[in-house]
Amino acid sequence: MWAAEDPHFPPTVDEFFPPAIAGPFVTKFTILVWLAVGILIIFYLLAYRKPKMVPTRMQWLAESVYGFNRDNVANQMIGHEGVRFAAYFTTLFSFILLTNLFGIIPGIQMSTNSHIAFPIVLAIISYVMFIYIGVRKYGFGAYFKKALLPPAPWYVLPLLIPIEFFSTFLVRPVTLSLRLFANMFAGHMILAVFTLGGFVLLQSTWLLKPVAILSFAMAIALTFLEFLVIILQAYIFVILTSSYVGGALAEEH
Amino acid sequence: MPLAEVTGSLSAVGYGLAAIGPGIGVGIIFASYIQSTARQPESARLTLPYVFIGMALVEALALLGIAFGYAFGA
Repeated sequence: MWAAEDPHFPPTVDEFFPPAIAGPFVTKFTILVWLAVGILIIFYLLAYRKPKMVPTRMQWLAESVYGFNRDNVANQMIGHEGVRFAAYFTTLFSFILLTNLFGIIPGIQMSTNSHIAFPIVLAIISYVMFIYIGVRKYGFGAYFKKALLPPAPWYVLPLLIPIEFFSTFLVRPVTLSLRLFANMFAGHMILAVFTLGGFVLLQSTWLLKPVAILSFAMAIALTFLEFLVIILQAYIFVILTSSYVGGALAEEH
Repeated sequence: MPLAEVTGSLSAVGYGLAAIGPGIGVGIIFASYIQSTARQPESARLTLPYVFIGMALVEALALLGIAFGYAFGA
């Protein structure tokens, strides 16, 4: 991309569509998803191969991730039955964290979550999950009655029920996927702007060449910010999913 | 006859307008966290998860502005 010819600036959406590697379906994105799944499976299997009382480093890391998801996510948002979901939340958190991290690892520098398809699938899984859990616990009609009828006097219900329906069943999957996608897309775009801008500045007049150092320094600073955003977005996705599941399971009044 | 004409990138103007709301929102979130911690310092640990959740939810709107700036072209 930054080979001999002049890098085009500003970066466009075409940045996100690198040429296919082998056939129409094997692109950088599919390879990255396979890589993420492989790394996670191997990591968690190896970490628990021979568990000891005094944990090794890899075992401690895996247990910390699971403990964080069980205590601070599942038990906090769902209550004591949250332990059933802790394994799924750990997997979801690790997968989103790893695929987001691919966005700042040099050499890869492309998060698979910057194509909206992948966050859409994750959000649809969360959406189907909280509806299914609610319907399984309460029955079909009773769950929708519980979800759509807020405790309010009867004369405002015609206003509140469409709002509840819209916000619970239409907006939730859209915002879950769009939030993750937009964060990864915008993060990569900002890093591309400052990095490509640095290269373009390096190739311009002598007065502007020192500004390229500022541009690269900005790119480094924004990479650290992007790291923070990556962890935060993985945490937010998981905590919102657990909040929705907890809301579906909650005993109202 | 057109009264006024805007040329150039309209999506840049749109993004600028879209950045007002989340800017105020993030300011309100952190202002309330700082104030609540000033009133009762022991609650700082308890309310910290809500700071992060609120930040991510509000920041999403700001980033939707950046992303749709490219989607709507111009």
